[in-house]
Amino acid sequence: MTARARDRGDGLEPDELRRAGGTVAVLKGGRSLERQVSLRSGARVEDALERLGHEVVGIDVGHDLVARLREAAPDVAFVALHGRDGEDGIVQELLEVLGIPYTASGVSACMRCSDKVVAKHAMRDAGLPTPDFYAFTETAFKELGAGDALGAIEERLRFPIVVKPADQGSALGIRFAASAADVPAAIVAAFSYSEKVLLERHVHGRELAVSILGDEPLPIVEAVPREEDFYDFAARYTIGRTAFVCPAELGDELTARAQKLALDVFRLLGCRGFARVDLMLEEGTNELYVLESNVIPGLTETSLLPQAAEAAGISFDELIGRIVELAAVEPVPG
Amino acid sequence: MSQRRDLERYAGLFASRTSVMKSSAMRDLMAITERPEVISLAGGLPDTSTFPAETLAALLSKVAASDSARALQYAPTEGMAVVGEAIAAVMAAEGMHVDPEDVLVTTGGQQVIDLVCKTLVDPGDVIVAEAPTYPGAVPAFSAYQADVVQIAMDDDGMRVDELEETLERLEREGRRPKFIYTIPTFQNPAGVTMSLPRRQRLVQVARERELLILEDNPYGLLRYEGEALPTLRSLDGGDFVIYLGTFSKILSPGIRLGWTVAPAPVLEKMNLGKQASDLCSSSLSQLFVAAYFAEGHWQDYIATLRDLYRRRRDTMLDALAEHLPPEAAWTHPAGGLFIWATLPDYIDTTDLLALGLSRNVAFVPGRAAYLDGRGGSSMRLNFSGVDDDAIREGVRRIGEVVREQVALYGTLTGKLAPPLAEPAPAPTDPALADVLQLPRRDDRGERRAR
Repeated sequence: MTARARDRGDGLEPDELRRAGGTVAVLKGGRSLERQVSLRSGARVEDALERLGHEVVGIDVGHDLVARLREAAPDVAFVALHGRDGEDGIVQELLEVLGIPYTASGVSACMRCSDKVVAKHAMRDAGLPTPDFYAFTETAFKELGAGDALGAIEERLRFPIVVKPADQGSALGIRFAASAADVPAAIVAAFSYSEKVLLERHVHGRELAVSILGDEPLPIVEAVPREEDFYDFAARYTIGRTAFVCPAELGDELTARAQKLALDVFRLLGCRGFARVDLMLEEGTNELYVLESNVIPGLTETSLLPQAAEAAGISFDELIGRIVELAAVEPVPG
Repeated sequence: MSQRRDLERYAGLFASRTSVMKSSAMRDLMAITERPEVISLAGGLPDTSTFPAETLAALLSKVAASDSARALQYAPTEGMAVVGEAIAAVMAAEGMHVDPEDVLVTTGGQQVIDLVCKTLVDPGDVIVAEAPTYPGAVPAFSAYQADVVQIAMDDDGMRVDELEETLERLEREGRRPKFIYTIPTFQNPAGVTMSLPRRQRLVQVARERELLILEDNPYGLLRYEGEALPTLRSLDGGDFVIYLGTFSKILSPGIRLGWTVAPAPVLEKMNLGKQASDLCSSSLSQLFVAAYFAEGHWQDYIATLRDLYRRRRDTMLDALAEHLPPEAAWTHPAGGLFIWATLPDYIDTTDLLALGLSRNVAFVPGRAAYLDGRGGSSMRLNFSGVDDDAIREGVRRIGEVVREQVALYGTLTGKLAPPLAEPAPAPTDPALADVLQLPRRDDRGERRAR
């Protein structure tokens, strides 16, 4: 079955996989800063897969990944890794080499999405709305005097400016600079997480997450901070301090517009299987802006994608089953 | 009506106190520090590898042979009498004289903090603590929804003058703190020790105002230089001091045994609180401690630890002087396990930890020691849990990331990056580097500056 799936280069036959039970390797943990979230996602996925009748091999990703994958010889690899080491396409590349169909996006889409700057350029080039931005490497500041251009950047983006690492998945390292005085420390903080830093116009408004499953957008989740302190990012990631509303109260027209935009982004960036596109709905203008696309969004108890699926009447087990069915490898060239 | 639905299924079930329990990015970062390739200066760990395995084996065999049934049975809530005697001996070594009957044996010192809160604190009550305070006390205080007021420290420990001002202010607001939490000796995380005049004044203030002090003293016997100072309890006599002791740092944290000595009515409530929490502390651990103290060598082992940790402290102080830039400052502890380093305020040590982890080194970001978001530019460094080579290499890596951030900030603000006194290169063979003091080339700094 694996060999045929490999040649076909598209999703597995659902019945085929289910009938066979099929071995699924769940890739989790790893070295990224989001290791803990990944372990929680992975554990939950493993339980679901077992309930679905699969043989499950959990792999905490490390030096022996290739050896363990060869040993397990799974029919599918479920990539439940978050953060740089799981979403940047490297693990996916290895799975391609090994010919193991894997969940979620392929190598190139991972590379596009895990680098927010690359993704934003692609969106801007395609005419999809994303907040204005500038991005620099540390080298640009140290060796090309990019610091001297900060004034011009600040003038164009206007304060407050959001400063973020280009390839960090969670809110780690994200700072709001209210004035020019805040910018240097914010940049120093962001470079703690990434080689590249993004300065982005701050869009004030509502935070929306549109999950895509297959090629269908799911109901939209809105993250509503319970406390007024808008800038407290710790609050956003603390259970009970952010309320999630799904489906978000947006009205039909806006909902359709947000879902279409998310799907456009999903397709533009070449995503596959599932992903979560984060949007801002600007207060006053009602314009939508795309912040980023997450190729492997969290699958923990409090993660947004499972909530969205549930709102669409798709249980967690069904969700995981669907994701496995959508697993694939690229056709081998020639 | 819209179909508004709060999707956090369990949120409605959580007690309100959980809303202040922090599950932060920092916690996830700290979990990564446990990776084997990471040199972690983050733990508060004593070096248990120094305890002879054969001694442990012999003592446990002895307990099994002579007292098996008791070791496997429940113990009294207040603890076994033999352990009370061992505790009295430890306290006597620090100049305190207690009746073993007045001791409550607990499951680690941490349980004392929990029981004191349980006994004294209603939601919204004020606890006064040091700034910074023991990071492990923060979740305990938070869980009881205390309003924690933190008092600044300097090299002589808690600023008791600031404490008095704060107490005045609280009194004007009609609020009476339930207790003052302090680690007067080799404070965790700051590494400083409260001076004798401040100790005397603190005890006096507590007496005048009839306030309780929780004196947390895990490290008192781990003094590497200078003369021991009297504990708050010995100065006070015990009327307003709840004393917290532990075997964790002088024997083993794995046995989970600590104790408290408190004014009788408070102790009685704490005893009831402990019954509700865990009935009693481990009988097996208690009999192990009793057997260990019966051997009579417990002070020798502490002397071994003192020698080891003194050397490691000196190694860390030397490494800090070598590797941290001139903008950094750090404490010089006369004992205990920790050094507290403070960097320029534009460096956030939580972010720095992420960068440090990419170079396989870890520390505790200062924010963990505050309840009010302060401490963002400080870090706690432990020198007891890792060997000298690891301390040197760990500090070298920290110095490297700090210097990078200082230089970047300098570039961004147009300030010239400070002269880089080039730190020594990473030793390729740590064992060799330990022996050989290789001379450094003088022109290094200049070359780099160009």
